[in-house]
Amino acid sequence: MRFFEDIEIGAQREFGSFTFTAGDIKKFAMQFDPQRFHLDEEEGRKSLFGGLAASGWHVAAVCMKLLVADGKRLTAEAVARGEKVAVWGPSPGFRELRWTKPVLAEWGILQARNTGINQRGEVVFSFLATAFVPRRNAG
Amino acid sequence: MTTLTFEDFPPGHFGTFGPRHVTREEILAFAAEYDPQPMHLDEAAANASMLKGLSGSGWHLGSIMMRMLFDGFIGRTASLGSPGVNEMRWMAPLRPGDDLTLDVDVAEARISNSRPETGIVTFKGTIRNAAGMVLCEMESPIIVRRRDEAGAK
Repeated sequence: MRFFEDIEIGAQREFGSFTFTAGDIKKFAMQFDPQRFHLDEEEGRKSLFGGLAASGWHVAAVCMKLLVADGKRLTAEAVARGEKVAVWGPSPGFRELRWTKPVLAEWGILQARNTGINQRGEVVFSFLATAFVPRRNAG
Repeated sequence: MTTLTFEDFPPGHFGTFGPRHVTREEILAFAAEYDPQPMHLDEAAANASMLKGLSGSGWHLGSIMMRMLFDGFIGRTASLGSPGVNEMRWMAPLRPGDDLTLDVDVAEARISNSRPETGIVTFKGTIRNAAGMVLCEMESPIIVRRRDEAGAK
């Protein structure tokens, strides 16, 4: 980790990614935020979120997880270069946390009526299929 | 049980909830998963830190506040979610064995312009330990359905 004097205003850094599975979302929600739209796909679909959505506190906790992991990587690199490493203190808080879009599970659930039709256009076979389909922006 | 709606949240003190006991094990488990800094995981490192002793992650404290809000009233409120947190102040460390009390005040309640069937209730939550020391204060808006809309549903 850097020392105060080494921090540049305006610096940006990507510090990793995390894929929220439906299982992760529900596990965190059961413990800390058991609102129906964080626990159940159908309730999520009916909500403002439009799908099973992670608790905002889960998103924040995962952000912290990525920050800490990145800090540890930076520290290991600095140690390898023989540099002195800063150990940061605690945070007094934060302002203006905005949950601007829902964080939805990586999978969508598709329900489709699959139909077999013969040469005379008659339905000879049908079933209601269910499949897990990955979302485009998963991860 | 009656579902609480926008009309049930006039400005002023709303309620006091808890106590919620926090164990060393849950502090360590949350820190290991989400905030593995030595001051939240390791006794010796924690003693050497600014907080002088093992402390829970502030995000753990925020998550516990969420659960206390849920158990206190959000679980029986026509809540549609929250757009964010205006401010969180971590004022004193969460310690193993703390018994937390949550005070909830309604700071502001107004009807939503974009969704007039809902209102925006801005809550202020304050968590204290058993000694009465304030550990954190949070201000956060929650979108709550209005009664007519809830009745028509």
